[in-house]
Amino acid sequence: MKRSLDTILLIAAGLIIWQLLHMAVPYALTSPAGTAVKAWNMLNSATFWPHAAETGKAFLYALLLAIAGGLAIGLGLGLNRTSAEVAEPILVSVYSLPKVTLYPLILLIFGLGVPAKIAFGTLHGIIPIAIFAMNAVRNLAPVHLKTVKVLRLSRTQTLLTVFIPGALPEIVSGLRIGFSLTLLGVLIGEMFASQRGLGYLIMNAIGLHDVPTIMAVIAMLGIAAVLASAFMLWLDHRLHHRAA
Amino acid sequence: MSRVGWIRLLVVGGFILAIELLCRTGMISPRVLIAPSDMAIRLYRLLLSGQANADIIETLGNVAISLVLSVSGGFAIGAAIHALPRLRRAIDPFLASYYALPFFAFYPLFIVMFGLGRGAVVAIGFLFGVVAMIIATLNGFDRIPRVLVRTAEVYHMGPVAAALRIKLPSAVPYLFTGVKLAIAYCFIGVIAAEFIMASSGLGYAIAYAFNNFDNGKMYALMFFIIVLVTIVNALFYTYERRLMRRWGR
Repeated sequence: MKRSLDTILLIAAGLIIWQLLHMAVPYALTSPAGTAVKAWNMLNSATFWPHAAETGKAFLYALLLAIAGGLAIGLGLGLNRTSAEVAEPILVSVYSLPKVTLYPLILLIFGLGVPAKIAFGTLHGIIPIAIFAMNAVRNLAPVHLKTVKVLRLSRTQTLLTVFIPGALPEIVSGLRIGFSLTLLGVLIGEMFASQRGLGYLIMNAIGLHDVPTIMAVIAMLGIAAVLASAFMLWLDHRLHHRAA
Repeated sequence: MSRVGWIRLLVVGGFILAIELLCRTGMISPRVLIAPSDMAIRLYRLLLSGQANADIIETLGNVAISLVLSVSGGFAIGAAIHALPRLRRAIDPFLASYYALPFFAFYPLFIVMFGLGRGAVVAIGFLFGVVAMIIATLNGFDRIPRVLVRTAEVYHMGPVAAALRIKLPSAVPYLFTGVKLAIAYCFIGVIAAEFIMASSGLGYAIAYAFNNFDNGKMYALMFFIIVLVTIVNALFYTYERRLMRRWGR
């Protein structure tokens, strides 16, 4: 109860700061109330939904690809000690590359349109998921690995009954970061060389200096991201506590 | 070099060689990707001609400023949040979902606040880097041995003195992780902001070359950024390892 009160207080403080900023620079920043009204109008307008659906579709595919690919890479590399040691610095340095620079390459491969956005989102999300999954497998308790040997489990059995359940808490942490970055990747993809999607809406509004639209889209994205993230954080805590 | 190091070199080298072969044999069209050796040659010529120097200096300057701001600011904010446990519990989910927000959209706001020029780009780099540093500071402060915190209490240190003389040194390994992430995020933020919005800098030069079908220049600059970031990462990685070994961790 006290915790939710604190959250409400924090949100209230944020809104007050936002309102004060709005009063300082009214042309650059819409007020919280104005943003809410604009967001409500957009949600009720027919032109908004195709863009939201486009972003949602690209994000969903990108996230699924990032999860599948990241887990395959991470679990595959983590199973073997040498391959994990070889791969870790490579993955970490790929992770910290400014991937925007690679966007032209992706556009040249996939052409303009949804596939390029999906590929760009996947590129952002796949690496953190792989890194977390790999470290999760590497840090499994040795006694579990010995049990696998004693029981002579097959590779599939090992993966399904020991590795994935044992590594699940870490994997969920990776998914949380992968989720955020995939969304960011899809949006950046839409902000450059795109004609549809929420990123395009933002870019278009920037071009027209339509501040209320910019703020409304960001606010809606922000709320969706925070809610999804809070859910995964809750899952994360639960899994880590169960494991401990 | 260790055996693992050699294998790693072999893997990366093999990958580059494979791309080189695919490009040279025409399996990958030069309209999509040019050969890595060609990128290096074009980059060399570009650097000699001096055309890109202004953009390079501008981008590196932006990264450096936003890095300094986000590391010092992130440490200060992290230390302040850590001192207030109630605020910290409430703010955690927001910090965790922070990176899903498209800050680039705030660029017009920053132009109004800081004017045209590097201020707006630096602000986006700072927004990207600062939260990684805040999270790392919180993590580091969580793991400070209780006895050290007690020592600070016994000596009646104020919050600032305790933060700088006790908490900062004992949280260094975690802060190091934060600095590493902040470097990566500042690069990402600055270059992405330049790529999408600004009208100067390396990111802008790449987007400009893309729009003009100037693949040679585009790949030369992309190659430059990738090599630069990889070198910076590798330097930090080795330095961190040495630091850890000296501290016996």
